[in-house]
Amino acid sequence: MTDISAAPASGSHRGSLLVQDELTRKRNAAETRFRLYGIVAISIAMLALAALLISIFSAGMPAFRQTFVTIPIELPADKLDKSGTRDSAVMAKVTTVGYAKVINEALAAALAAKGISTDGMTEKQIAGLLSPEAPAQLRNYVLANPAVVGTSLPEFELLANGRVDGFFKGRVTMESAKLDSNITPEQLQVAQKMTDAGLMGKRFNWAFITAPDASDQRPEAAGLGVAILGSLYMMIVVLVLSLPIGVAAAVYLEEFAVKNFWTDLIEVNIANLAAVPSIVFGILGLAVFINFAGLPQSAPIVGGLVLTLMTLPRIIIPARAALKAVPPSIRDAALGVGASKVQSVFHHVLPLAAPGILTGMIIGLAQALGETAPLLLIGMVAFVRDYPGGLPGGLFDPATALPVQVYSWTTRGDPGFVERASGAIIVLLVFLLIMNAVAIVLRRRFERRW
Amino acid sequence: MSFMKLTASTLAIAAVSATAALARDNIQSAGSSTVLPYATIVAEAFGENFDFKTPVVESGGSGAGRKKFCEGVGENTIDIANSSSRITQSDIDTCAKNGVTEIMEVRFGYDGIVFASDIAGPDFAFTPADWYNAIGAQVAKDGALVANASATWDQVNAALPAQPILAFIPGTKHGTREVFDTKVIVAGCKETGAYDLFLAKAEGADEKEKAKAAEKACNTLRTDGKSVDVDGDYTETLARIAANKQAIGVFGLSFYQNNTDKLKVATINGVTPTVESVAKGEYPVSRPLYFYVKKAHLGVIPGLQEYIDFFVSDDMAGPDGPLAAYGLVPDPELAKTQEAVAAGTVMGPLN
Repeated sequence: MTDISAAPASGSHRGSLLVQDELTRKRNAAETRFRLYGIVAISIAMLALAALLISIFSAGMPAFRQTFVTIPIELPADKLDKSGTRDSAVMAKVTTVGYAKVINEALAAALAAKGISTDGMTEKQIAGLLSPEAPAQLRNYVLANPAVVGTSLPEFELLANGRVDGFFKGRVTMESAKLDSNITPEQLQVAQKMTDAGLMGKRFNWAFITAPDASDQRPEAAGLGVAILGSLYMMIVVLVLSLPIGVAAAVYLEEFAVKNFWTDLIEVNIANLAAVPSIVFGILGLAVFINFAGLPQSAPIVGGLVLTLMTLPRIIIPARAALKAVPPSIRDAALGVGASKVQSVFHHVLPLAAPGILTGMIIGLAQALGETAPLLLIGMVAFVRDYPGGLPGGLFDPATALPVQVYSWTTRGDPGFVERASGAIIVLLVFLLIMNAVAIVLRRRFERRW
Repeated sequence: MSFMKLTASTLAIAAVSATAALARDNIQSAGSSTVLPYATIVAEAFGENFDFKTPVVESGGSGAGRKKFCEGVGENTIDIANSSSRITQSDIDTCAKNGVTEIMEVRFGYDGIVFASDIAGPDFAFTPADWYNAIGAQVAKDGALVANASATWDQVNAALPAQPILAFIPGTKHGTREVFDTKVIVAGCKETGAYDLFLAKAEGADEKEKAKAAEKACNTLRTDGKSVDVDGDYTETLARIAANKQAIGVFGLSFYQNNTDKLKVATINGVTPTVESVAKGEYPVSRPLYFYVKKAHLGVIPGLQEYIDFFVSDDMAGPDGPLAAYGLVPDPELAKTQEAVAAGTVMGPLN
């Protein structure tokens, strides 16, 4: 007792508890400093993220809105359907050049009706207010509805030229138009008058999500349709192949395989493969799937196979971790009541590990979705305008992918593509955000802790 | 139906539809990023107006495109290689080894190469000699070769503005660099007399080898940061000029024409580069653009003959066509090309 009650006469603490001594002050200062470092580190990261998002969104949001010209169009039967049969196969002989003339006449008439003067402008400059895509828009509409030939469409919506569109988005100004060889200030003035007269206006642009890519002369018509479909097809291939293979490999390695030299070797190799640069898988894909197996170029099936190879190790590793996290008592209990090894794994261990495996799977898919480098070598960095067909045949049709579309748009000469590329990044970010959110929800909902 | 039967029939259907899809019905081409915009414009118009699918156009560079082209004959190889420089003998040999023997060479126009700086900067009027004296590693001075010490353009030529020398030139993997080397640097090297000095001390068995060595010495550029190789696309050069307004960049004529509000073009020997001045041959820095077609694929890939006919037609590659509007310099001998394409003429040996 005396020992316990005896005060530490010459102990470490000499001063008062209410007054901090030198050492405590130092320790407290170190702690405050460390917290400060942490806050600084996080704010740097948040600032970088904010700068990235602000620059992408400010450059990319305009891509979702597009300037359209709405004018009445006469469709003269003697020009568009000389045969008079209204058969779209026969009418297809009239090319976009023929439709361009019809549109130019309609535009001139519409301008005259609204009293907008185009004095001093050449015919080419007036036609230049519209996108080169406009004749194709009208032609496709007429071929799909042959009965409209000979009538007059009261309101038909056509894409405005990319530079005119840029004027309403602030990308093109009167000053820059003076120097620009593709647009004149007079054209912009007419465009402004057309807007005031209600012939021209901006609206949400669904075509940016659904339309295929367009050539360098038509940034206003370019869309992500083919790229989104191509990415979707590749993700289906990756999911269908890597989920069963990855889970089977993880289950076998974790639950059945005996620990020996060979399994160690496999383990090291899987970890190694996960760190191999993705372009290497592209080279492999070119050699094996295209040159050896004879699969077609630019096809989502090849892209999907290459991305599967890349994703597999990145799925096996988290799947094994998830299996490892299931406590051995579950297995012991299952075996103890007479279950076989397979039964214990499939009835008890795997269901408990499923949320972790699924999370790893979705994150692996998200990585594959954002991958460009391996696709470069198998011909998917390409200009593709036709949508791939339905599954499964569509897997063999040419397509591109979302990150590839971003890359190819950034290399285009027309400044209108800068906005498109940023818009495509936004779409890609939205997809990634959705996938990662699903992964988090799955983990929160089904994860069990022991 | 039992599970086995169901699986078997599903697999059979998948296999049948897969093989059906394997018969390719779209044209595939790859190659030069300079030709890419023209090829996409033609492909788009072709897909719009013909009953065939829109051709697929890949980029990746002239050399890479020709390599892919020479991989062999068959539906999983490309039909057309786009190239901003002529096919080489080694490509032809590789092609022949892999069974690609009949190659059609189609020259569809010319491309001008321009020098441009920031729109707000001063005007530049260059000669090839100015360029050589500005970025060559060794220049001729008073009849001797000395290391290049010029720091500003007015030290090179008193008529030029007193602006520090900084040039963004295409990297060696670009076809554009080849033209820049031969038509600007070597030409300038000869004008300034440095070529003769190199030739005098060149080592080689015969005259030809000596000339080659002298040209190689001409093409050695200074490495003190005044001349910077850009390996990316023209968009990268443009971004670098926007960041560094004192710099001068090398661009394709069509790229410049789409960015006239940001760039100011320089004259060469007093000639401003335009589609007309390149077509007339007044502007010296230009090169022909080609595409190469596998004759074995004609009649196998639907629409291939129609596509190449359409590409060289007056509606597309002619002086009033969309390609010229984008910046292609039309070929004065286009009619001859059209005939050769229609007749399926195969290229002879390189001369």
